[in-house]
Amino acid sequence: MIDIKDICKTFYVGETVIKAVDHASYHVDQGDVVVIIGPSGSGKSSFLRCLNMLEEIDSGKIVIDGVDLTDKKTNINKIRAEVGMVFQSFNLFPHKSVLENVMLAQKIVRKRSKTEAKEIGMKLLVKVGIEEKADAYPNQLSGGQKQRVAIARALAMNPKVMLFDEPTSALDPEMVGEVLDVMKSLAREGMTMVVVTHEMGFAREVADKVIMMDAGQILEVGDPEHFFTNPTHKRTQAFLSQII
Amino acid sequence: MLKDVKKNLIWYIALVAVILATAFGAMKMTERINYEWYWGRVPQYFVFSGDEDQFADGNGEAVIEEIDMDQSKVILEYDNGEKDTLILLQDSLMIEDGDSFSEGDKIGAIHVVRTGILIEGLITTLELSLYSGIIALIIGLFIGLARVSKNPLFRGLASIYVEVIRGTPLLVQIFIFYFFVGTVLDFSRFTAGTLALAIFAGAYVGEIIRAGIQAVDKGQMEAARSLGMNYMEAMIHIIMPQALKRVLPPLAGQFISLIKDSSLVSVIAITDLTKAGREVITSTFATFEIWFTIAGMYLVLTFTLSMIIRYIERRFSVSD
Repeated sequence: MIDIKDICKTFYVGETVIKAVDHASYHVDQGDVVVIIGPSGSGKSSFLRCLNMLEEIDSGKIVIDGVDLTDKKTNINKIRAEVGMVFQSFNLFPHKSVLENVMLAQKIVRKRSKTEAKEIGMKLLVKVGIEEKADAYPNQLSGGQKQRVAIARALAMNPKVMLFDEPTSALDPEMVGEVLDVMKSLAREGMTMVVVTHEMGFAREVADKVIMMDAGQILEVGDPEHFFTNPTHKRTQAFLSQII
Repeated sequence: MLKDVKKNLIWYIALVAVILATAFGAMKMTERINYEWYWGRVPQYFVFSGDEDQFADGNGEAVIEEIDMDQSKVILEYDNGEKDTLILLQDSLMIEDGDSFSEGDKIGAIHVVRTGILIEGLITTLELSLYSGIIALIIGLFIGLARVSKNPLFRGLASIYVEVIRGTPLLVQIFIFYFFVGTVLDFSRFTAGTLALAIFAGAYVGEIIRAGIQAVDKGQMEAARSLGMNYMEAMIHIIMPQALKRVLPPLAGQFISLIKDSSLVSVIAITDLTKAGREVITSTFATFEIWFTIAGMYLVLTFTLSMIIRYIERRFSVSD
């Protein structure tokens, strides 16, 4: 489904050179839920953002569903429509109502009619349990509600893959559950998901694979069982012992 | 509001006192230079009401019918067969029924009421500001977009444009535009003036819009792009609506400036409000009255505009 080969991403902040992603390779299978963990600054968000080219990679190759992202002829907008993304800071469109947020890209990118977009939008709002707020504006919602709308907005494009960039990190603790519940039900439906998160409970419960990143490199890959019972790497052990 | 007045009563009294003192001071100053105020001369330049002499266009005979006490219908039958019908004031008639007349003879006068030169100047200023404002907004949109573009060509051209326009006086730009560009491309005065103003204001509008675009959270563009929208779609549907809402107050300021700056086009002999004022002064010598009047008229325009913008702002703030 997603084939990542030896990708690198370097940031230049003034004089300092930050190797955010350093020769990372991985393969995500169809229907897999992959959770990426690691200390802050380990490059896990950058890695995720490379997957839909929000960050352009310096070298390496990413192939999603048979399409090479680094190929100059590839229309990146087409790929992005197939790859849903949920951000830490929600990034809902504040000048649009909840329903419009979910409808807009359907109309523009998928060229759906207004009625069709609305029908699909309402169905998804029901799915994430927020249909009663369809006409509200984002600033009238709580963090958890915003994030559920953001998930519905991404799902409206019928993506083949969903990327989650710390979706619960900006939420009040009591709202984390409602967002994780939506993500869990997505995982159960067989959605291919790549999730950057600190929610170890979620990783343990739904992940097929867990990736530990540190200093831009993929340090360790395994199933949750392996990770939470006997991680091999010292760095992983230290990290897990700190957050669990 | 009432509570505020009660609490700060002393300061409100002070405010009124200062205003009165200033007005009184101005009055005393004009007294010292023995200036005679003739406010009575001003209104006729808003609405002109008076008699206007009518002259014959050729030789012929007149047929006059009395309509009422004041007016008569005068039919001028020219020798070449043409006819003119005039309704003239009874008292002003210089000829009688059946009289013949020759070309250039004064026949009589009609009573006319028409807008004076100050109102016409006001309309010209409004038109100038409106047209140049609209063009400036269009220029500004493109300049704003070009300034944040990743393409060096667009970014470079926009930067040069903004620097050149902001770095030279508007008055000089108007002259260059009228005498050079206007001559080469054969523009009328009004077109040249409008375009000079538009190009001037466009640079400032562009900078305002650039700032507005950059003030929109980076995540908005990322979210739009991650949904598969291309750059322009994201700009049009996501970034611009938010940016424009944000820049409404500075834009209003810019358009108010534009109305005021439009007074400079009077140097290329466009009869805008300022030029109209100067013309009135040459025939009345009511210098002070006219300039105060002109200032008041500009104030009415700018104040109205800021009220309209405030209303739009309130309408826009629903989703905040």
